Amino acid sequence: MEYVSFTQEDQDEMLRVIGVKDFGDLLSGIPRDLRLREFNIGPGMSEMDLLISLRRIGQRNFHSDRFASFLGAGAYDHYIPPVVGQLSSRSEFLTAYTPYQGEASQGTLQTIYEYQSLMCNLLAMDVSNASVYDGASAAAEAVVLALRHTSRPRVLVPETLHPETIETLKTYAGNLPVEFVLLPQKDGVTDLDILEKQADGRTAAVVLQNPNFMGFLEDVSRASEIARKAGALMIVSVNPLSLGVLEAPGVLGADIAVGDGQPLGNPVSYGGPHFGFFAVKEPLMRRLPGRISGMTVDNKGRRAFVLTLQAREQHIRREKATSNICTNHALSALKALIFLTVIGPHGFKRMAELNVQKSHETLDILKSVPGVKPYSAAPFFNEFTVRIDKDDEKLKRAFFAQKLIGPLHLGRFDERWRGLYLVAVTEQRTTDEMERLARAIRDA
Amino acid sequence: MSEVIFEKKSRNPGEHVSPTDPLFKLSAAIPEKHLRRSPLGIPELSELEVVRHFTRLSQKNFCVDTNFYPLGSCTMKYNPRVNDQVAAWPFYARIHPYQEERHVQGMLQVIHELEEDLCRITGMDAFSLQPAAGAQGEFAGLLIVKAYHDLKGQKRTKVFVPDSAHGTNPASAALCGYEVVQIKTDAAGRVDVADLKTKAKKDTACFMMTNPNTLGLFENNIREITRIVHDAGGLVYYDGANLNALLGISRPGDMDFDIVHVNLHKTFAVPHGSGGPGSGPVGVRAELEKFLPQPRLKRTEEGFVWDYDRPYSIGRLRSFYGNVGAYLRSYCYIRALGSAGLKRVSEFAVLAANYLKARLKNHYEMPHDSHCMHEFVCSARAQKAKGVKALDIAKRLLDEGIHAPTVYFPLIVEEALMVEPTETESKQTLDEFADAMIRIAEQADRDPASVQAAPVSTPVGRIDEVKAARTPNLRWQD
Repeated sequence: MEYVSFTQEDQDEMLRVIGVKDFGDLLSGIPRDLRLREFNIGPGMSEMDLLISLRRIGQRNFHSDRFASFLGAGAYDHYIPPVVGQLSSRSEFLTAYTPYQGEASQGTLQTIYEYQSLMCNLLAMDVSNASVYDGASAAAEAVVLALRHTSRPRVLVPETLHPETIETLKTYAGNLPVEFVLLPQKDGVTDLDILEKQADGRTAAVVLQNPNFMGFLEDVSRASEIARKAGALMIVSVNPLSLGVLEAPGVLGADIAVGDGQPLGNPVSYGGPHFGFFAVKEPLMRRLPGRISGMTVDNKGRRAFVLTLQAREQHIRREKATSNICTNHALSALKALIFLTVIGPHGFKRMAELNVQKSHETLDILKSVPGVKPYSAAPFFNEFTVRIDKDDEKLKRAFFAQKLIGPLHLGRFDERWRGLYLVAVTEQRTTDEMERLARAIRDA
Repeated sequence: MSEVIFEKKSRNPGEHVSPTDPLFKLSAAIPEKHLRRSPLGIPELSELEVVRHFTRLSQKNFCVDTNFYPLGSCTMKYNPRVNDQVAAWPFYARIHPYQEERHVQGMLQVIHELEEDLCRITGMDAFSLQPAAGAQGEFAGLLIVKAYHDLKGQKRTKVFVPDSAHGTNPASAALCGYEVVQIKTDAAGRVDVADLKTKAKKDTACFMMTNPNTLGLFENNIREITRIVHDAGGLVYYDGANLNALLGISRPGDMDFDIVHVNLHKTFAVPHGSGGPGSGPVGVRAELEKFLPQPRLKRTEEGFVWDYDRPYSIGRLRSFYGNVGAYLRSYCYIRALGSAGLKRVSEFAVLAANYLKARLKNHYEMPHDSHCMHEFVCSARAQKAKGVKALDIAKRLLDEGIHAPTVYFPLIVEEALMVEPTETESKQTLDEFADAMIRIAEQADRDPASVQAAPVSTPVGRIDEVKAARTPNLRWQD
């Protein structure tokens, strides 16, 4: 199945206009010995056969339409109203380029502006960019910003930050003068007494994730206060859906708020594409990475939108840019914007509350299962960590037998966390599924 | 005037998800001090109002599905709809990255085969699909350069880019702590080999380049260029922005490039999505494989697994395994086309660009006379003498219902207009574009003011960018 459209006649006519005898003449600039002789990618196939083949391959995946998922840790099985996919897959959004030609891209530019506004509202921050790749790279960009802004080398990172985010921070900042200090957790939350001792005049940033990787709520206010006293920037990574019930990071003292936007209308998709959101308080506005849309006027004084503050970006500043980012995750961010406006303020709050209700219901059910012990009494949103004294292989088989995608064994990240399981419960889980989870653990 | 969503108000009781249990009390689950007091700031609109708002906004966009989009260096080809459907199937869209590998073998097979396809297409030995976009692919590539030299105990500080390079090249190099050195372009529009020779020394870490270059010309001295850099102990990096010219024709690996990134959203038909998500897989030759981002997909007797035991890896660039939705689309695209189809992509892309270049050469200055590959750069220098700049021509094209070419890039061509038609357009569409460009050239000569006034048919006229930057309004406030 090909998508090219020149007929033989077209080709002959085009070669005539170009003034060459045959197509090979156009490639005469490529040295002979660099011409490919063998190219073996397979024979190509009809659209029909393609779909048959991809369906057959796909059937080897066990997905959450058929298996109820209690797996989260940064990617969640949330409800997505069908209108989100239908509107965002309109040709005009799907197949447009980055809106550099403003007059031909007012739709995209306005949606970015609305997205920025909505994220600022949700996060209680002053300025948002148009999105970055994902939550982990957003946190990494935030650390790079803080290192450059403060010219200080130390970054305090809690061990309750997602382990993959920690790895990403290290990759991004690895070639800058930086010194990471890992803050230990106590009972599932960051030990702020140790943070207080560690935060000093050489500290560029304090990072906190809320709810944290183990699902528990951190004391963001107190951590921000400590950061502020040390003259460091406070970077808070949040689950955006939790903001339907939890206080906004901007109110709690964040200088930079980041996170992964997947819970807002984006499918899990084996981990991507999602999008990262990135918002700052006013003084850091000109240090934002990535694209930003602004409202202005056209030559007749009509309201218009345009990419702005471009003096920060790679295509203008080249090696002096605030980041190398170019492509962002516009379409994923658009899904979040549509999701939030479709579901509305009441629906958003309701969905967040349902997550709280169902996760707490699940914990209540699990508490009565022999071998299950809550890891901490700290409050949580839609995920929590429990200790399960069972063999991991047996547990995995029992989850599968109950047609469940089971909770995450944290031992895969850290030997000290062996036997700890992170249980995610979204609004989609039913009491029956929670009971199957309990039965699986009992059976294991 | 275009109302923003915050200026609209109707009723939305929030019934997309079920109500909470009447006995549920939020403050019994979470202490008050954590609970939100600040307003959410989400507008309240009925579903119809939302649908109408976004549908109307969409109608203010140009896109590939509605308009010819000859945007140089961006490869705005047709994005087959069938690929979107596959990516949305629950077998692929509703699987979780931490599921046991044995439960997602289909997904892992797709990732593995796509890695292999990219190796065959580029002539490299190993690929990691993890980078989220071209710029992240470059970043990964440069971290590999760094890791390679570090392991050899060599301190090399300089990264070369041609003066025609894309802005992400120097920005990525700077993020890795490298000093950026520009290599000149010669009169024929190729890398100035003499300039390279004088600069390539033992502090040279890497030369980042595209081929064909951003002028659309094949670097015919590429073997000599890679040899000079290798002799100095440096590596050569291939930015895959222009790979659409070479499928089945020539391979970066055979040109002795060490590291390659490709843009799935350009060459391999992933829709651009108004600016992303894309995907920027990075490929290397065998001796650099150990440095690739982790985790790496590994084939074992029990099937595919993720390998985290990679002591030399540059580490992780993002969460999970990358933009899987893009992999699926590109995998479908490559399977559907096969070897012959992929080769025809590049042949027709080259044919289309040369045809347009031939049709326009008597009307616009062509700084480089030779045949081009998949794109070419012309200059509006002659028109500028009459007061019509490249930007004016770009805007006038919008009135013709055609998206503008890339303008003012590469930086080395004055009043540059960079045209990349791609292989999926019909000859009729190419002719309409050529006719429009010729008409505009005539107007520029006869009545420059009419071109300068463009666009007049778009939802807004020329936008006041200075005001946008001087008094930034970046969010709606009541």
